[in-house]
Amino acid sequence: MTDINSLAESLKKKFADVQVEVKDGRRAVAEVPSEQILDVMYFMRDSMGRDYLASLSGADYDDRIEVIYLVGSYSDGIIFITKTKLPKGNPAVNSVVEVWPTASFHEREAAEMFGIIFEGHPNLEHLLLPEDFEGHPLRKDYKWW
Amino acid sequence: MDKGGVEMGDELPRIITMQDGDASAIVGLDNSELFLQRSESLIDKIAQDIGKGLWAALGPLIKWGRGFSPWGSHIGIACCSIEVPMAVFGPHFDAERHGVLSPSTARQWDLLWVSGTVTRKLAPRLRILYEQMLEPKWVVAIGSCATSGGPFYDSYNVVKGVNKIMPVDVYVPGCPVRPETFLDSVIKFRKMLKEGRK
Amino acid sequence: MAEMWVNFGPQHPFTHGLWRLKVKVDGETVTDVEPTIGYLHRGVEKIAENRTWYQFIPYNDRLCYVASIAWSEGYIGAVEKLMDIEPPERAKYLRTISFELQRIASHFVWLAAYAIDLGNFTAMLFAVREREFILDLLSRLTGHRMTYNYPRFGGVARDAPIGWEDRVVRNLNRIERKMKDFIDLMTENETFLKRVQGVGVLPRNKAKAWGVTGPVARGSGLKTDVRYNDPYLLYEEIGFEPVVMKDGDCYSRYMVRMQEIFESINISRDLAEKMPSGDIQIKAPKKPPEGEVFNRVEVPRGEASYYIVSNGGNSPYRLKIRSPAYIHIQSTKVIMPGHNVADLPAILGSLDVCLGDTDR
Repeated sequence: MTDINSLAESLKKKFADVQVEVKDGRRAVAEVPSEQILDVMYFMRDSMGRDYLASLSGADYDDRIEVIYLVGSYSDGIIFITKTKLPKGNPAVNSVVEVWPTASFHEREAAEMFGIIFEGHPNLEHLLLPEDFEGHPLRKDYKWW
Repeated sequence: MDKGGVEMGDELPRIITMQDGDASAIVGLDNSELFLQRSESLIDKIAQDIGKGLWAALGPLIKWGRGFSPWGSHIGIACCSIEVPMAVFGPHFDAERHGVLSPSTARQWDLLWVSGTVTRKLAPRLRILYEQMLEPKWVVAIGSCATSGGPFYDSYNVVKGVNKIMPVDVYVPGCPVRPETFLDSVIKFRKMLKEGRK
Repeated sequence: MAEMWVNFGPQHPFTHGLWRLKVKVDGETVTDVEPTIGYLHRGVEKIAENRTWYQFIPYNDRLCYVASIAWSEGYIGAVEKLMDIEPPERAKYLRTISFELQRIASHFVWLAAYAIDLGNFTAMLFAVREREFILDLLSRLTGHRMTYNYPRFGGVARDAPIGWEDRVVRNLNRIERKMKDFIDLMTENETFLKRVQGVGVLPRNKAKAWGVTGPVARGSGLKTDVRYNDPYLLYEEIGFEPVVMKDGDCYSRYMVRMQEIFESINISRDLAEKMPSGDIQIKAPKKPPEGEVFNRVEVPRGEASYYIVSNGGNSPYRLKIRSPAYIHIQSTKVIMPGHNVADLPAILGSLDVCLGDTDR
């Protein structure tokens, strides 16, 4: 069974700007600046044995939009909740489709729900919403009544 | 050439056909053509009168016959679809003993069972399916989502009830609908047909 | 030979739900697919931000309506982690037993749909009949046939009636005997085997890259199961081992699910015979404190997970639901090219999609 503390240490040693906090035996939270996200994802997949992207989502806060990557493994139960903060005016970040092809649908949904732009994604059309839908429903200021 | 506005006594040219490659067109009328035209409209009128008389005489019999085997759709949209077109046709709650059947093509349906939440993306397709059905047709809204939007009434993508898109004849309550409620609605619906209420 | 796009439109008997699959064919061979989903998108994540924590419990049942208790367990477990409480022993037993019974019922729905797609009407009727015995048990426990609304924060809603445990053991014994019918009708049926062996192969490295979970991953040789890697409820105590098959074709996925039915019968029977008496619910706080949590459960279709952010208020601040069928629909892009159009029902049935949780 891999040890979560040694994984967290190796991540902190390689990337100085990343803040890692171990919550308990199987969960850790990491905060990554948005320019480094692609390098961190490659490192997690190749050197930390994280070969499974469980989920990818956005979240709308007052002063920022966050993209949350939930990275795990097929052989153990440790999950790294990796967050990156984007400015509300220009929420753009690199797409991780080349690291894990499974991110394709997740990123399409985050793009249509929050307005995040994933650079390098092959096809950012509407996935769940109708084609002529306007607006980003999961933002806090979306009013539909 | 406009064939509708010709009267007896007009000066008319004979039939002239023009050929242009494969296509040919009649560009004129002959007296014999006109006779055929007027006799066709007379036969139509007589057939309509006979039809009305037959309907007045045999109508109740036809309506009584219709009630015996309503064939319904099996579009399963959401949760109610596991109960209505699946569990209710199983051996426990056999619905076929009441005459209902579920063929695969829309042209053979009498009933459209809308079982589930109707979203804005699905609404135009559902309307197309409704228009593919042949008259006479009825719509049954199964469950509270199809009746009025259900627990998702305040969502941005949900149509509040299928009666916003098409006229509905029967509303079946429940979330999800129990098979016994559905069978009760089938029995009441058949009674409705036999009495001739539409 | 000209290539053209054929549409398996939203209303189609083989797709088991309302999604559209555009298939590019070159004669009879499939060269590319493009799935379109979203016909059942009800906006549940936005609704969650407008309901209190307790009011949101019934919505989880309606996500994947075939496996309701499993999805409820995901949400309730996540909020219990935020509140830092643990249910009493009897409640854990009841929740685990109903979880496994729900798995058996869901696999019977899968079997009925798969059988009727491949033309085996008898097996479909048998599967629906066996499912009624499980629903009988669950409706005596909870009062509903589907969408049970049973687990609560800190325990379960109501206790099992007297004699329920014996009834569980009796019904499960009966179902185990009747599984022999399915083995005769399907597993040892040569027509069925010719249609599913070697069809729809998903190799192991592609399965990892495309993030598949559940029986689809275990059929491709990956030993991954949330009950084994990241245990919750009683799975650590009973020593759970997942069922894995190596080939990655439709037959492997079929055998994984059939073995899981037997495994769930054994687990539920053992737990029902050992169930302790005691409380069924402890007092839970009105709302969880500030924080974030990630909880995952093994629903019958794969791995479902909830990522919940709370700011201490009456409603969730952000609730993200990850569904397994969402990812399996994406993986049709790697499985389907190269097959004939006639193989598509076998492949789609073995992926077992449920549109309620895909579109949320």
